[in-house]
Amino acid sequence: MKRFEEKIVLITGGGSGLGRAAAVQVAKEGAKLALVDLSKEGMEETKQAILAAAPEAEVITIEANCANESEVEAYVKQTVEQFGKIDSFFNNAGVEGKQNLTEEYGAEEFDRVVNINLNGVFYGMQHVLKVMKEQGYGSVVNTASVGGIRGVGNQSGYAASKHGVVGLTRNSGIEYGQFGVSIKAIAPGAIMTPMVEGSLRQLGGDNWEEAGKEFVSVNPMKRFGKPEEVGYLVAFLLSDQADFINATVIPIDGGQSYKY
Amino acid sequence: MGERKVAVITGGGSGLGQAVALRLAKEGVSIVVVDISEKAGQKTAHLVEEIGANAIFVKADVSKAEEVKSYVDKTIEEFGTIDMFYNNAGISGPGVKFVENTIEQIDMVLGINLNGALYGLKYVLEVMLANGGGRIVNTSSTAGVVGQATVGTYSATKHAMVGITKTLAAEYAAQGIVVNAIAPGTTETPMVRAYKEKNPDAFVNATEPIPQKRLGQPEEVAELVTFLLTGNAPYINGVVVPIDGGFTAI
Repeated sequence: MKRFEEKIVLITGGGSGLGRAAAVQVAKEGAKLALVDLSKEGMEETKQAILAAAPEAEVITIEANCANESEVEAYVKQTVEQFGKIDSFFNNAGVEGKQNLTEEYGAEEFDRVVNINLNGVFYGMQHVLKVMKEQGYGSVVNTASVGGIRGVGNQSGYAASKHGVVGLTRNSGIEYGQFGVSIKAIAPGAIMTPMVEGSLRQLGGDNWEEAGKEFVSVNPMKRFGKPEEVGYLVAFLLSDQADFINATVIPIDGGQSYKY
Repeated sequence: MGERKVAVITGGGSGLGQAVALRLAKEGVSIVVVDISEKAGQKTAHLVEEIGANAIFVKADVSKAEEVKSYVDKTIEEFGTIDMFYNNAGISGPGVKFVENTIEQIDMVLGINLNGALYGLKYVLEVMLANGGGRIVNTSSTAGVVGQATVGTYSATKHAMVGITKTLAAEYAAQGIVVNAIAPGTTETPMVRAYKEKNPDAFVNATEPIPQKRLGQPEEVAELVTFLLTGNAPYINGVVVPIDGGFTAI
C-alpha cells in the first residue's frame, strides 16, 4: 500500500536531518515533494537521496528563510502553483542555538533562535492552514523536541521555542479539527542529525563523539535514534492512518522522557 | 520457532482488541486471541484465519493470575514465542459518581483493568526477556490522562497504565523491550455502544467537546497499535499516544 500516492508533501528544513529522512520515506510511498531550506546544496543532496530511493518521484526545491514571513508566504504559494494543493506539511526547519547558562545566552541569540524555530513554524502554519482549510483536508506535523516538553538545560532559546511549538500545535489542532485538518507535533530526543552533532560539538569540541556517548548513556535504550526512525513516525502521522491523532505531541526519544 | 511473528491480544473478542487482531493478521502475524467470552474470542480467531493468518483462542479471566499464566503458557506451546503483546482487556464499570460504586464494582474494575494488565505484563515480559526482546502496547484512555466524570475507577486504572508503561520503558529498554501506551478517546467499540445504551444522558452531544467533531473508529486505533507493534521506529518508547481527535488538548 502506498500511503502517499498522488499526495503533495511540503517539508521545511528539507535539506538535512529529519526533513531529509521524512522526505525519503514519503517519496518511497509515492509522494510528490516541495522541499524548503536555506541551503541549496542540502536540498540537492536530499533530492538525490529521494531519487535514489524513488526514481519516479517529483521534487521541487525552494530556497527560503523560514524566519521571514514573506519568504514563507512565497514557498507556500509556489507549492500550490506547482502542485495545486498541499496534502501534508512537515513544518520542521529549526536550529539548536547556543549551549550555555541562561544569564549568558543573550537577547540576540534568543531572538534568532525563537525567530527561526517558533516564528518560522507559526508563519508556516498560518499560510498552509489557510490552504488546507479551503481544501477541507490536510495534515501537519511540527517538529518540537524533548526540549519542548521537558527541561533539558543550557538551551534557553531552544527550549522556549520548542515549548512554543507544542503550544501552537495544541491551539491550532483544536481550531482546525473541525475543518478536516489534523495537527500534531513530534518531540525527538537524541537523534543523530547534523543539528545534534552541532550541539555535541559545542559541549565536547573535538571529543564530541565521547560527549555523545555520555549523553545517551542515561537513555533507556543506550543509543541515539536514527533519522530514519523519525522519518517513519512522521510519515505515519502525515498519512490518513493518523487522522484522529490531533493536537498532541509524540515523543521519539528511546524512553528518555519517562523520568521527567 | 517459525518466521511468522506472534502477537497476544487480550480482550481480542471485540472492540479495539478485535480490530488490532484483524489488522495484524493482514501483516501475516499469528494471533493469540484472549477473551473471557468464548463466543466472541472464537469469532475473532475465525476472522483472523479467514484473512489467512494463524490464530488460536484462549479463554481467560485476566483478573485471575493463574489464567493469565495459562494463556502465556498456551501461546508458547502453540507458537513457541511472543513477539508482540497488546495488553488491552478492560471494562468501563458502571457510569455513576464514585461514591455510588459498591466495593464489589470497584474491585471488579481493578481486577480486570489493573491486576489483569499487570499480570499479563509480568508473564509476557518473562518470555520476551528470555527471547531477547519484544514490543508491548498497553491500552490506556483519555480517562488515563485527564479526569472524566462517572468513570472514576476506570480512570484510576487507566492512569495506572501510564505509570507502568513509563516504568517498564525505564527498566527494560536496554534488553530490547519496547513498551508504549495508547490513550484512545471515545471510540465506537461494542463496549462504548453498550455504555451509551445504558447511559444515554452521558452521550448527549458526545462529539461536541472533540475538536474533530466525531468519535474514533476501532480501525484507526488499530493502525496506531500496529504502527507501534510492528513499525520501523522502536525509538518510540515509554510514550502515551493520545488518539482522540484533540480531546485532551483542551
